[in-house]
Amino acid sequence: MRHVSRSFGKTEALRDLDLVLAAGEFVALLGPSGCGKSTALACLAGLQPLSGGEIWIDKRRLDTLPAERRGFGMVFQSYALFPHLTVQKNVEFGLRMRKVKAAQRHERALAALRTVQLEDHAQKHPAQLSGGQQQRVAIARALAIEPDIVLMDEPLSNLDAALRIGLRTEIKRLHQNLGLTTLYVTHDQEEALSLADRVVILRDGCVEQAGTPEAVYNRPVSPYVAKFMGYRNVLAAHAASGGDAGEVVEVRRGAQVLHATAVEPITAGSEVTIAVRPEDVLVSSIDDNGLVAVAEVVEFMGREIQVGAGLPDGQVLHLRTEKPVAAGDSIRIGVPRQRLLAYAGNAA
Amino acid sequence: MTAVIPAGRSAPGAGFLRRSLAGRGVDAVLILLIPAVAFTALLFVYPYIYGITISLQPQGGGGALANYRNFFSDPYLRQTIWNTLRLALPAAAVSVGFAFPLAYRVRAAFRGRAVITALFLLPLTFGSVLLAEGMTEIFAPTGWVNLALGSVGLPHVQFIFNYTGTFIALLLTTVPFSFLLLAGMFGSIDRTLESAAATLGAGAAARFWRVLFPLMVPGLVTALTLAIVEAFAVFPSAVLVGQPDSATHVLSIPLYQAAQQQFNYSDASAIAVIMTIVELVVLAILFGIRSRLYRGPATSGKG
Repeated sequence: MRHVSRSFGKTEALRDLDLVLAAGEFVALLGPSGCGKSTALACLAGLQPLSGGEIWIDKRRLDTLPAERRGFGMVFQSYALFPHLTVQKNVEFGLRMRKVKAAQRHERALAALRTVQLEDHAQKHPAQLSGGQQQRVAIARALAIEPDIVLMDEPLSNLDAALRIGLRTEIKRLHQNLGLTTLYVTHDQEEALSLADRVVILRDGCVEQAGTPEAVYNRPVSPYVAKFMGYRNVLAAHAASGGDAGEVVEVRRGAQVLHATAVEPITAGSEVTIAVRPEDVLVSSIDDNGLVAVAEVVEFMGREIQVGAGLPDGQVLHLRTEKPVAAGDSIRIGVPRQRLLAYAGNAA
Repeated sequence: MTAVIPAGRSAPGAGFLRRSLAGRGVDAVLILLIPAVAFTALLFVYPYIYGITISLQPQGGGGALANYRNFFSDPYLRQTIWNTLRLALPAAAVSVGFAFPLAYRVRAAFRGRAVITALFLLPLTFGSVLLAEGMTEIFAPTGWVNLALGSVGLPHVQFIFNYTGTFIALLLTTVPFSFLLLAGMFGSIDRTLESAAATLGAGAAARFWRVLFPLMVPGLVTALTLAIVEAFAVFPSAVLVGQPDSATHVLSIPLYQAAQQQFNYSDASAIAVIMTIVELVVLAILFGIRSRLYRGPATSGKG
């Protein structure tokens, strides 16, 4: 996708989006609702026209072709199985459109159903299957046409938690076995991180960060990405000292001084945003990188507890600990300096 | 859904009976059905059975079936069955044919959709007598339709006081009626099905014939059925803009004459029974067709 843009009236859903997929790659488009990720997928599939830009696959230009001639397999959030056709006829649909002979069509449909372990249900109608089974049929239907690229639009969002994890593993396994180039749209960071070779985080129709799951998880380039990657604590502060990216800087919140790792160059005296994950906050003092707070809300989570701790300025710091903490306790909190990220500007 | 708690070892008593009835869908909520059931029983079932019994007690004597014998031995009366079918079936088919593309089009949002929808529903609010009166003006030999035809050099057409007049009058009410029904039914078809079909390589024609149309057919049959029911009861337009003594001498006309002019309720009841039977036969055929088609939901998944 080159400089792809798409506008709805005056609202731009996509702005100059560039995206290159390598053969066999699994790319996840991640972002909150309204960031343009589904629009990007619909444009790629040809279900929505582009306002600008081009789409190429190898040496073939695609954006001028209608959806039915692009040859992508698509999986939808709502499954979109044809309710009047049997499971097998659903899977055969794409092959029938390609004028594949009946005998071969049968064979390929059953082979596709076998990859999702549903060959026993071939003669049922979609309504007789569970949600997870229906989505597996939809995946088999998309695979049966042997597409250049598989597009998945939040395929797990309609499923309940247990099924979601099961089918996620199934999708991962299929990708590992078949090596299909996949573009996967989701708002769930866990899905994106666990499935993708590369995660692309969208914000207002633009790429905010793209990289391996490790890179976006450990080194989010902005507070926006950080919030998405589980940095639940995003607070405003002032830089007491400046520094380049990667260096440790001193930040001040009221009377308290903390040490944080600068993600981007920070000048002394400027406003900064600091971010830390709840699981990286420790209940104990760490030499010179500590805070005092009062535990306000304590939630039992099984192995550990989740604490919402009030800071002196009224902000709440979320942390997870295995130590016994009760609501109302005054606690000392430590933050490892390499886990506390500092960004220029106030984005909290 | 009704939650059923197994009775277990508890002693079978009133509670057990209540729970086992609840398991079969019998519970206090059924009380809410009483008004509707009572209404139907009082205003439909009882009068109908009463009508059947008096139709078998002819006022002129001659045995229980005398009214029916009279009806079928008189070619002029017998002809009314054919006249009714000849009007109602094509009118219903044509109105569904007109309403189908309109309903299909308003599935998608477009500028002026609300206005067009409202415009098509307007004739429903007028009532057939008002529409028929308007037609006598518009379609008169010097009405604007014939003047318009004349101005472009076309011959004068006799639109009213014949079969055509009644047919047009029927369409004016059955088209919006069918449109309303179909628009609702088509609206429930999941739009991502078309997207899915497109990504699988189906062009516009294949998307329509292989995906949408099979899901629309049950709705079309239902709309056709209801349009027939509506057209079967044609009376005002058959009298006002038709030829009530010949071409549009439909079943309801001798029925009205027997009941309101000759005060022969027995005979009128017999004609009503005949009308019902003819209608039921037509509906049975349509429902037979419908039961052979796909009848499941037109959506997929939870979406």
